[in-house]
Amino acid sequence: MRIIELVRLSLETFRTHRMRSFLTALGIIIGVMTVIAIVSLIQGMNYEVEKQISSLGSNTVFVQKFSFGMGRLDWDEINKRPNLTMEDALAISQLPTIDKVAPSRSRTVGKITWRGNKVTTVDVSGSTPAMSEVGNYHVETGRFINSDDSLRRHSVCVIGGYIVDNLFPYETPLGKRLVLDGKSYVIVGVLARKGSFLGQSQDNVVIVPITTFEKDFAPVRGFGELQYSVAVAAMPKKGAALENAIDEIRELMRRRHQLGYDKPDDFGISTQDTIRDIYRNITRVAYIVMIAVAAISLLVGGIGIMNIMLVAVAERTREIGLRKALGATNEDVLWQFLLEAVMLSLVGGAVGVALGLGIAKIVEITVHLKAAAPLWTIFLGVGFSAGVGIFFGIYPASRAARLNPIEALRYE
Amino acid sequence: MLIRTEDLAKSYGTGAIEVHALCDVTLQIEKGEYVALMGPSGSGKSTLMHLLGCLDTPTSGRYLFNDRDISTLGDTELAHLRNREIGFVFQSFNLLPRLSAQSNVQLPMLYAGVPIRERSTRAAELLEMVGLKDRMAHKPNELSGGETQRVAIARAFANRPSVVLADEPTGNLDSKTGVEIMRLFGSLAEQGNTIILVTHDQAVAGHARRVIRLIDGRIAA
Repeated sequence: MRIIELVRLSLETFRTHRMRSFLTALGIIIGVMTVIAIVSLIQGMNYEVEKQISSLGSNTVFVQKFSFGMGRLDWDEINKRPNLTMEDALAISQLPTIDKVAPSRSRTVGKITWRGNKVTTVDVSGSTPAMSEVGNYHVETGRFINSDDSLRRHSVCVIGGYIVDNLFPYETPLGKRLVLDGKSYVIVGVLARKGSFLGQSQDNVVIVPITTFEKDFAPVRGFGELQYSVAVAAMPKKGAALENAIDEIRELMRRRHQLGYDKPDDFGISTQDTIRDIYRNITRVAYIVMIAVAAISLLVGGIGIMNIMLVAVAERTREIGLRKALGATNEDVLWQFLLEAVMLSLVGGAVGVALGLGIAKIVEITVHLKAAAPLWTIFLGVGFSAGVGIFFGIYPASRAARLNPIEALRYE
Repeated sequence: MLIRTEDLAKSYGTGAIEVHALCDVTLQIEKGEYVALMGPSGSGKSTLMHLLGCLDTPTSGRYLFNDRDISTLGDTELAHLRNREIGFVFQSFNLLPRLSAQSNVQLPMLYAGVPIRERSTRAAELLEMVGLKDRMAHKPNELSGGETQRVAIARAFANRPSVVLADEPTGNLDSKTGVEIMRLFGSLAEQGNTIILVTHDQAVAGHARRVIRLIDGRIAA
């Protein structure tokens, strides 16, 4: 019998048992939908995060009191860690492999207002002119803070695009005075926009000279006394290997902190790659969870299909007997029921793909995440559902094929 | 010779509880014959029909169909044989309720690999032959018992089989309709078709030109 006839035959079930077919396919629909939606979202997130990580500068080394994404947090150990100081930053900058160093201190300012407009939870950091290059900050209008500002502790600042949009929508911010926690700063420059990350603006920042910052703001106590510590961004010389720079910094810091050879580091060194690794670890977990969810859902869906196919075979025993009497071979019957199972799961898979893409699209629109389902997920979703149909359909179908025509015809 | 059996036997079960449904059945049916297999229930006529219809294989003995030994054939070959050489008419009609009369008649042709256009014209011809020209699109539940059996008869002739086996074809019909169906079989036999009627009813068997009587699994002289 031709394949097209068999497909037509198997599609008949959808017409005669609409509700049953839909409910049976539901497990597959949900499984495939979940996979497609989550893969799309993770892909979108990867894209955003990669953009963020790349903007850090490919070979900048970050030296902080803590490294990013420390495994388990041992607060006793962390509280004993010495703060990094401006002297540490200076020492790092004098290492042979290091070109430039930008130390910074930061605090969060709850509210900044300007003539009735306001912005909240602004990231204010004190830094040096080198931050422009090391931290990848470009100036759109005006200028960055310069060495004169640092030396004379000028009360000047550069601001991010988000602050411009919200405080100065119709006028130039240059020359205006901003009050940060009671201290007044003259705006000398506007930073180029970095965009938003997961719906949060990266341009809600103010940068002031670190010397002025230290004069104006006492460190905030609490939470591991993070604010006492300086964060150092270091840029290796052109041609110097990143690994060498990291080794030199580690050695220097261990010496400065007088750590014995058997003691672990009491500071953190991160690079673009370590951040990327941390992120990959997180997404790997997400992928594993997703695969588990999808596998369970497909398993349940498959069992549903097997169940309904066994019911169908029992219900249609007489039909099978008749078809065999009229000349259907065992293979004809096998294919009829196998294709029916495959069609159920395949249609479920296709609907699941469509719904998954729909969910991804909705998320893309609401969260502004560039969600994209790569083509392979669609093939994988459809392919997997077909596989489930074959795997769980083969047993009922072979049972149908093995029926004895005489007994099947007698079946009531 | 179309059908020849030699000492055909069929038994069910094994050892002490072995049941001999059919013993030493030797018979011959020529092409174009209209034969009735008659016997009371339990006489083995259904078993014989299943064997002749290639739905079952004998325990011992030989069955030659068109000089071909059936007992050597596998499932698939038997299916092909049933498809092309044998037509079945059942007591309970056995039409697929979801399909129209025309689609039901097409079923054997579907398994024979006849192209769809040819299938539908041939099905229309067959339905016209049994007098259901204007009932082709109807589903079985929209047809009367007699009409349903006519559809089944049209289906039995779909692949121009060598023989049609009818198992109590009037058993589920009232007597008037039964007579009409027997008249149809009569005229189909006139046209040279080989028909084997299986029945317990003397009146029905009387329509055939030859009657083979079965008692307790054996042919009665």
